[in-house]
Amino acid sequence: MKKFNSLKGIPAYLPIVNIDTDMIIPKQFLKTIKRTGLGKNLFFEMRYDNEGKEISDFVLNQSPYNDSKILITGKNFGCGSSREHAPWALLDFGITCVISSSYADIFFSNCFKNGILPIILEEEKIKELSEYANRKEEISVDLNEEKIVYGNNEIKFQVDPFKKKCLLEGLDDIALSLKKSDKIENFESNLKNKKPWIFND
Amino acid sequence: MSTTLYDKIWNDHLVDQQEDGTTLLFVDRHLVHEVTSPQAFEGLRNTNRKVRRPNLTLAVADHNVPTTDRTKGIADEESKIQVDTLEANCKEFGIQLFGMDDKRQGIVHIIGPEQGFTQPGTVIVCGDSHTATHGAFGSLAFGIGTSEVEHVLATQTLVQKKAKNFRINVNGQLPLGVTSKDVILQIIGKIGTAGGTGSVIEYSGDLIRSLSVEQRMTICNMTIEGGARAGLIAPDEKIFDYLKGKPMSPKGDNWEKALEYWNTLKTDTDASFDQEINLNANEILPMITWGTSPQDVITIDGKVPNPQSENDEDKKNSIERALKYMGLKPNMAAKDIKIDKVFIGSCTNGRIEDLREAAKILKDKKISSHVNAMVVPGSGLVKEQAEQEGLDKIFLASGFEWREPGCSMCLAMNADKLKPEERCASTSNRNFEGRQGRGGRTHLVSPGMAAAAAISGSLDDVRKYQN
Repeated sequence: MKKFNSLKGIPAYLPIVNIDTDMIIPKQFLKTIKRTGLGKNLFFEMRYDNEGKEISDFVLNQSPYNDSKILITGKNFGCGSSREHAPWALLDFGITCVISSSYADIFFSNCFKNGILPIILEEEKIKELSEYANRKEEISVDLNEEKIVYGNNEIKFQVDPFKKKCLLEGLDDIALSLKKSDKIENFESNLKNKKPWIFND
Repeated sequence: MSTTLYDKIWNDHLVDQQEDGTTLLFVDRHLVHEVTSPQAFEGLRNTNRKVRRPNLTLAVADHNVPTTDRTKGIADEESKIQVDTLEANCKEFGIQLFGMDDKRQGIVHIIGPEQGFTQPGTVIVCGDSHTATHGAFGSLAFGIGTSEVEHVLATQTLVQKKAKNFRINVNGQLPLGVTSKDVILQIIGKIGTAGGTGSVIEYSGDLIRSLSVEQRMTICNMTIEGGARAGLIAPDEKIFDYLKGKPMSPKGDNWEKALEYWNTLKTDTDASFDQEINLNANEILPMITWGTSPQDVITIDGKVPNPQSENDEDKKNSIERALKYMGLKPNMAAKDIKIDKVFIGSCTNGRIEDLREAAKILKDKKISSHVNAMVVPGSGLVKEQAEQEGLDKIFLASGFEWREPGCSMCLAMNADKLKPEERCASTSNRNFEGRQGRGGRTHLVSPGMAAAAAISGSLDDVRKYQN
């Protein structure tokens, strides 16, 4: 996984609440067997018309937001389906940081597995930051310090310490868990005694 | 210390726990389908990792499969590649797969219970948010992303943090024509699509206990639409009777041992919850969704909301956006909403009892001439059972199409989809923009309500057709 450390750029602001993963990446693009190449279809139905032409008033079709690495958005972002294609599409488009007042659980967890930092802030702060997006001014995000710097201001945010470590170091959590193989084996042998019906053998 | 059912299952699956609460949780059952697994298997190959417990894993293709004549194969090239890839991966890694021509094939959340793969007290995961369905058996069941699918395949565990305990008590009796689908729609309307975020919901109360196993599945299934990670119900005799003799259920001595353990799976009477709400079943009416979020619910006697009467700016904007997408006017009566299509099926309402409920309404009736309607049974076994009971004949005689099992128009990944601006009464679980096809308009309803809408040609009250 790619590391996430810090980031500076003009954020894009998408002021819609309850953006579901069907909106982020519709089902016709879930037929891929790869993780890459989904960026062009991110927010497909909001971004393109029925003829496949870009809809000019959609924020990610406008300069400089078509290059944004940071997306500021309404609450409960990423609700609905568990599809990891949603963070893959964001990542492939170039977005590695999302700022919202809340996220759906599965989407939130999927972000961290892909080097994307989902930041939670209060609505009031979201409104403040969105002004920077509207004025096309840069903000910077520092994961290690857990802060966002904008103009002469800064906001602190919080990240789960283990998830932070994984992002900063780009850790493969399967490798981390496999280091605990002895514990898994122990658990399994106890399980065989306690609940023999669990194993189908 | 007194604990909840969720606490008990959680505590029983701890492989390792870090000081910050990050936990390695053992996974007893892993369901796999074609859409969210190819990249996970690819990851295993790239790192030379094996599947740790192939026999705790069960695979099926459901999202992409055609619901018309299967002998012709899959016409869509990409869908075909995905289904073929699942088959190849299962063969390579030694995982049992119900292929497209197997009569046990069906929607992953319908076949798990049907086979007895789903069992009380287990941790069940699948790369699919509707994994919550299995919570009806008193298991901790939740959806995961593809990276987590890979993690489970490689380690048979998952890195998790404990969620909060949320209890919803439903007491009383449901009025005639009101079903568990209406109960869960009412709940989502009440708590909102983020109401359960960060929580596991336990459903209890005498109404919940009175529900059949399949009705309980409908409630747990849509728990994810309320934002909760999982929904569960304490297992009881109904669950044990359902599981007895199923192909993958415990047998002989193991059955007795399992039963003894399953009987311990209940929340202690003095256990505390982080959040708790109560509902009176007697007051629940047949529900529909009017908008583009499952929380946009009204009763069939109700009216579409007016954004002008909303003070909250976010809510006002989202009502306006939804009305525009849905092509509806503020204050319009639910029964005036004319429909083009009806879809009966999905992991929410594609089981035998759902089909019986719809067939009961449709018997000796014809669907409206402008309505195009189809039934997609949840699995090959559901289809077979329905045909033995003659339900297919009732559906066909009324004007419905009778299809092969799969996810179908619930998410429209296969050929079954709405055209732009087509309006559908659907027994599925999500009415998101574009969910059933770009520009398609979805109204979520119970199977009986879907049948009533098909007959009337507009959303209608199922109670009108109750005998």
